[in-house]
Amino acid sequence: MRNLIAVPVIILAVILQSTVIGSIKLLSGIADLPLVMLAAWALQEEVDTAWQWAVAAGALVGFFSGMHWLVPVLSYLIVVTLAQAFQRRVWQAPLLAMFSVTFLGTIVLYASSLMVLSLAGVSLPLVEVLGQLALPGILLNMLLAIPVYAVMRDLARWVYPAPEVE
Amino acid sequence: MALALGGYFTSGSNIFATSLITVQTWFSSRFIALQDFLTAPRDIASLRQRNTELEAEVAELQAQVIQLQQEVGETQILAALVDFSRANPENQYRAAAVIGRDPSPFLQYVIINRGSNDGILRGMPVVTDQGLVGRVDAVIADAARVQLITDPTANVNIRLQNAEEEASLVGSVTGDLTLELIPQDASLQRGDLVLTSGLGGGYPPDLIVGQVQDVRSRDFDLFKQATVQPVVDFNQLKIVLVIVNFKPVDIAPLEPAP
Repeated sequence: MRNLIAVPVIILAVILQSTVIGSIKLLSGIADLPLVMLAAWALQEEVDTAWQWAVAAGALVGFFSGMHWLVPVLSYLIVVTLAQAFQRRVWQAPLLAMFSVTFLGTIVLYASSLMVLSLAGVSLPLVEVLGQLALPGILLNMLLAIPVYAVMRDLARWVYPAPEVE
Repeated sequence: MALALGGYFTSGSNIFATSLITVQTWFSSRFIALQDFLTAPRDIASLRQRNTELEAEVAELQAQVIQLQQEVGETQILAALVDFSRANPENQYRAAAVIGRDPSPFLQYVIINRGSNDGILRGMPVVTDQGLVGRVDAVIADAARVQLITDPTANVNIRLQNAEEEASLVGSVTGDLTLELIPQDASLQRGDLVLTSGLGGGYPPDLIVGQVQDVRSRDFDLFKQATVQPVVDFNQLKIVLVIVNFKPVDIAPLEPAP
């Protein structure tokens, strides 16, 4: 039953991404709220539904976007994989893990998007892509990481309350 | 009685009355002071309540002002679009509001609030009163996704009004527009108007796209290149018009296989 919380949260995140976050540009780069949200959710110890969240968020982003739906789905699954690997290794520094997963996850998403576009025959000036789009996008995702992590931590504690110790 | 009537008590009664009035004044002033002291907190409380009510009213009025300003802005946009549709009676238009953008930073798409229920079909051109915006890429019942001409996978066949030359306009991941396949002998100048040519059947002819901004020509290249400044501000798109009586031609079967 508590898995159903994913439905409104993911829909809200994708709608916010499409309407608000997508309009806030730094050069040509924008933040990716679903990606940051997934990274934060997957880093919570008690969460065991991050894979389902990744598939649902990727499918919904693919539905909104002109990009092939496999790109966000696979990228978000890789983000969850990264998050779970970091959670075990740097569990004592959650913010460090959050920044690392956000950074690497954004690179994975951008690399897969660029690969699909280059397969479609789009010319990609790498210097412009890096300077105008990728680096500003990574920076915005990093800025979004702290508040989103705090919100998702509270959500995880609400959805998975700790058992009372007598 | 006789002494009183004779005026012998006048001074005494005056002294008495004055003393009485002085004492009464003293009591009265102290009572008023005490009354003020006791009632003042109630006044402050009521004033604070009134102040809160007025602040709430001001906030509500400010919200109304913002809403009205927004409505005025939308009305101005709609008036411009109505003027545009009257000036181009050969086309039938369906107005739609832009309700979202593509979540991917690499693509330039917008989502509009009109879909197949409103007669919108894939491939229909989308314009504003200023010029060409793009074309419908995907449709569901009550919404559609529009590919902007700045999208890296978009390709528009255009003609240059002054040079009487045709070329191909392509977008980019950063949203810049570039003219390609311009013949080397074409006389192209900054400020030349770029219009759709209608070739390929993807867009109707003579829709304004933008102006030539910068021309790049190298001797060893087969074609010139130019950057184009679009007439439409794609970051401020709010309401667009879909040309619903234009049927795009799919020439894919006619294209030679690679």
